[in-house]
Amino acid sequence: MAWLTVPVDLLSKCLGPFTDVWLTLVFGFLIVPAVFGFPFGIHKYYVRILLSIFEWTTLQMELKAKEKNHQLYKHYTNGIIVKVPDSTLKQEIQDLRHSAGCPSLEPRFELADVFFFCRKALENIIDDDVTKRFSALKLENWNLLTRSNHNFCYISLKLLALWILGVLIRYGVLLPFRSERQRSRFRIHFFTCLKLPFYFVFCRVTVAITGIFLFIVLSTVVGLIPCTKLRTYLSDKVHLMGYRLCVRALTGIITYHNRKNKPKNDGICVANHTTPVDGIILANDHCYSLVGQLHGGLLGMIQRAMAKSSPHIWFERAEVKDRRLVAKRLRDHVADENKHPVLIFPEGSCVNNTSVMMFRKGSFEIGCTIYPAAIKYDPRFGDAFWNSSKFGLVGYLLRMMSSWAIVCSVWYLPPMNRKEGEDAMQFANRVKAAIAAQGGLVDLIWDAGLKRTKVKDTFKEDQQQLYSKILLGDHENHNLPES
Amino acid sequence: MGSSRSSLSRVPDGQQLLQETGFSAAHLLRLHQRFQFLDKDSRGSLRSEDLEAALSENPIGVRIVGAFFQPGQETVDFPSFVRVLAHFRPTEKNRTRDGVQPDPADSRNRKLKFAFQLYDRDRDGKISRTELLQVLREMLGLQVTEEQLQSIAERAIQEADLDRDDAICFDEFRKSLEKVNIDHKMSVRFLE
Repeated sequence: MAWLTVPVDLLSKCLGPFTDVWLTLVFGFLIVPAVFGFPFGIHKYYVRILLSIFEWTTLQMELKAKEKNHQLYKHYTNGIIVKVPDSTLKQEIQDLRHSAGCPSLEPRFELADVFFFCRKALENIIDDDVTKRFSALKLENWNLLTRSNHNFCYISLKLLALWILGVLIRYGVLLPFRSERQRSRFRIHFFTCLKLPFYFVFCRVTVAITGIFLFIVLSTVVGLIPCTKLRTYLSDKVHLMGYRLCVRALTGIITYHNRKNKPKNDGICVANHTTPVDGIILANDHCYSLVGQLHGGLLGMIQRAMAKSSPHIWFERAEVKDRRLVAKRLRDHVADENKHPVLIFPEGSCVNNTSVMMFRKGSFEIGCTIYPAAIKYDPRFGDAFWNSSKFGLVGYLLRMMSSWAIVCSVWYLPPMNRKEGEDAMQFANRVKAAIAAQGGLVDLIWDAGLKRTKVKDTFKEDQQQLYSKILLGDHENHNLPES
Repeated sequence: MGSSRSSLSRVPDGQQLLQETGFSAAHLLRLHQRFQFLDKDSRGSLRSEDLEAALSENPIGVRIVGAFFQPGQETVDFPSFVRVLAHFRPTEKNRTRDGVQPDPADSRNRKLKFAFQLYDRDRDGKISRTELLQVLREMLGLQVTEEQLQSIAERAIQEADLDRDDAICFDEFRKSLEKVNIDHKMSVRFLE
């Protein structure tokens, strides 16, 4: 590496000892603790400072807007139209006919009935309950990220200056340093002097390679150890270190609640799904076995390396469809007390963290203890939701690493077991309700797979059935009188 | 109200829509956002699939979506989208920007016309027996037999058809609905 030292010396001399000291501090305060796992309290103050800045910026924008006699464009996360809560089809049609002066609700068709379906359709076109769960949550206060601002014209000079400072810090300091976590010290000196755009692209690529390389090597090496106890102990340490580095790379500030309910080796941990990073957030605190399809290429290599030192459940592509095989492997894994709890996300798809969608019943059929966990992200610091139709994985990671921080709370809920006479679906819904209640999320019956597919016709048929009862009365073979 | 700002400039025909439809600037912005959200491929216009995606459980969803499109057109742009939605503003709020209050009867008429066109697919000005049967079949699906469907349609036509031409024209349609509080039943209220 001799060819590096000459430019390093030159540039070091140019920038002076200041950079050196600062970089050493950062390295000392962030990287070393991450490797060995002891926390530092600065994150709390970082969060508090950021929050007060965000409130100040929104105040500034409101003042500016008031000057111009306008309303600041507010996002209504609860919808933009008034919806009558819990009114059934029957009640609404009854109201409709009542207002038309029809006598009682006798079984008949009215031309006016179409108004009900019409209004419902328009309400759904303007604002429906499902599709808005698949896009990022909009914020009330601006958090100095361009991506969440809709009031550009109300930015004063002060705010502009603050925003520029924010960009410099996020892209110039936080992003590269997050990427720098796993690199050695003298390389840090070299890279801080390079131009910004080359800087973080180059950084991330080299970091990705070195980081993954490190993990694969360590994991494989540990996997070679014959003694099971030592191997398990070391592999846990390697895994935890890897996840901790990732979390520090994203500046993840995670608060774990109710740690006494942490999952034990005899069950399955289920949680709501918002981002691909969910697994890392949970695995930062406890060792889990992951379940998934075996991929090719780099991801496959990582998966295989992980499997060498710790028992994860990876499936070949063809095996994924075979539900019985999946269930059997899960059951076997759970029965073995020495293996870590399995981590599963029953929603199947990423949702935007305002609601919990339908749980797939597969994991609830196994019959073991379920350890629910609720994950709630604080959207003010950076939106963790992965909108897979808008961004690919790489674009998503870039956005993540250039946000302020990923702040979230994880609650471990008390373990749940299937009750007598409860089927898998009911059990799944019970767990889902508990997670939604703890995380402050809306509990929905809809399938997260609706992101990509249309709703099944069963819902439409339900509506048709309800309506037919109104037209024909509740008797099955009711014949309409001849007119 | 102050002069309109550049926030509306992002909305196509924003100024004109403000005058024409009586939506406030904030509502127009929200509708534009919604439009962009439904427009998954960012083409600046919506196709019927984009709208149908939001109408999962509505039996006549496809038909209602059809009402957004002009005959022969396959896409709808934002101004047309808003003009259709403007039919469903509550009447008492229906004031255009220049202060002229449109006739409540006119607004009621437009809502009726919209509903009429849902039935009258071929736009010949009459709801024929076949057209009525089609709508009923959509609303009821497979829950009723063919005979039950025929009886329902027969009765509806008998009651509404005053000039005995076996079809319901717009005037007859309007007459049969004269007691219905259309403004209330067919209006979508926006949060302020």
